[in-house]
Amino acid sequence: MPHADPRGVLTGVHFMDGDHAACEGALAAGARFAAGYPITPSTEIVERFAARIPTVGGVFIQMEDELAASIAIAGAVWAGAKAFTVTSGPGFSLMMEHIGFAVMTETPCVFMNVQRGGPSTGLPTLPAQADMMQARWGSHGDYEIIALSPNSPQECFDLAVRAFNLAEEFRVPVMLMMDEVVGHMTEKVVIPPAEQIEIYPRRHTRLPPGQYKPYAPGPDLVPEMAHAGEGYRFHVTGLTHDERGYPSMNAAAQDRLVKRLKAKITRAADRLACYEEEGTEDADVVVISYGITSRVAQRAVEMARARGVRVGRLRLITVWPFPTRQIRALARRVKALVVPELNLGQIVLEVERAAAGQAETISVPHAGGSVHAPEQILDAIMEVAK
Amino acid sequence: MQLTEIRVAGFGGQGVMLSAHIIGKAAAVYQGAYATMTQSFGPEARGGAASAQVILSDKPILYPYVTRPDVLIAMSQEAYSRFLPELKPGGLLLVESDLVRVSDLPAGIRVHSIPATRLAEELGRRMVLNVVMVGFFGAITALLEPDALRKAVIDSVPPATRDLNVRAFEKGFEYGLNTLHGEHHAESEHPSLPLEAHD
Repeated sequence: MPHADPRGVLTGVHFMDGDHAACEGALAAGARFAAGYPITPSTEIVERFAARIPTVGGVFIQMEDELAASIAIAGAVWAGAKAFTVTSGPGFSLMMEHIGFAVMTETPCVFMNVQRGGPSTGLPTLPAQADMMQARWGSHGDYEIIALSPNSPQECFDLAVRAFNLAEEFRVPVMLMMDEVVGHMTEKVVIPPAEQIEIYPRRHTRLPPGQYKPYAPGPDLVPEMAHAGEGYRFHVTGLTHDERGYPSMNAAAQDRLVKRLKAKITRAADRLACYEEEGTEDADVVVISYGITSRVAQRAVEMARARGVRVGRLRLITVWPFPTRQIRALARRVKALVVPELNLGQIVLEVERAAAGQAETISVPHAGGSVHAPEQILDAIMEVAK
Repeated sequence: MQLTEIRVAGFGGQGVMLSAHIIGKAAAVYQGAYATMTQSFGPEARGGAASAQVILSDKPILYPYVTRPDVLIAMSQEAYSRFLPELKPGGLLLVESDLVRVSDLPAGIRVHSIPATRLAEELGRRMVLNVVMVGFFGAITALLEPDALRKAVIDSVPPATRDLNVRAFEKGFEYGLNTLHGEHHAESEHPSLPLEAHD
């Protein structure tokens, strides 16, 4: 894979918050366009982008609302840029239509959601992880997206780069599902030299105009792109379309298109699965978590081990597509799966589905506004380990 | 360095966030330790109580929030009243002596004070009181290498104010050393570095 354009890479050792690190990840990945309607606790991402982009070379537009922001990035992508938008709960809700549009038109782009407490305006300055199902199911119709969940400012950088790479590889919107704690906490962030950052380039067609079909998929079910203004004539529409991109509104075309959109992700699920697993080999109980909760969960796991419980932990880094096969295999060898999250029970439903009755699945819910006390998770572990 | 929880609190505009940022950066970037800084957001960001928390450790930091600080740096009376109750028994309290009247102090709390605002004014800019405070913190606690703190100061302030901020740091550091030696007026060059980071 080619390397990052050094103009966007702030190589060095920094003490930086997760929002700023996510912005630097986007710049390192080659994002040169962002549109946003800034909202707490994500504002610092676009604030930094707006400050940095004039010297890197690119555009930031503060739009009139989140609908405009989320469709402007699609325009930028079809004009040749790598583009993203940034938001939190209320804005994420407004962006759902254009997430579906990006899925349907196979527009590679990144949505960063720094999750705060909801519903509605909720807790603007305080954390939650309650948009995890919305990220997967919030737009209408059948589809698949990719969602990544960082648990530190360093991972906000690393996973922002990966989000852009996956968006290009699969031509799908990728969600970087941060939370307020990770976004606002400041820690060491190491940004490597540009030549150590691999970049998945735009899958641009090599066919000449006339032979190019914008929605003719390759062997991995992903079609190649052309950009506006390059002499290619093509149609990009949210309507069900054929390989030429022309609207083709019938059951056969729908079946072909929507099944392919789904299959290009689900076929690659094993390769997309990314998680950190520790101490599960001889565990009776495994704690499954993601984002900031994974750090609190790790503390709880250490406390439980000190009490003699055989407990392991699994941290989801890729949350969507959900690593069903891996969780199912885990469920066969343990007694219980404990799932703390900053919501009233979302990803635990996926764990339960994957476990399919092989292991007891325990939810440790939290309505948001803070993180769990480690003791809450510890209590759940101790209870089930009895 | 054992896990050490620090809360820096004052009113908005005193540079509370920057003080915590400098302490965290010194540990994480210049001393090879771990640091996690979090801060309070919301209506209190200007004028009212402002508070930043930083955790330092030799090992990766898991739980992100400060719960029982080992060190409280209080730069306003309100911050003192609000955050004193959570200070760990036997903890260290550092106060801005002109802005905080210390009272109702639980037994066992170590307390040191510095007129950071006045010292900053002597340097010509009241706004560097936060960096005076960082210097004071550095000398009293000896948690971090002075040079790591100094580098973090230089790296965290606008280039045009570097010299001023370094002088503010030295002033606070020197005041801290003199405090430890039971005097407040000794003149010295850049403080020698007799204090080693302890475990």
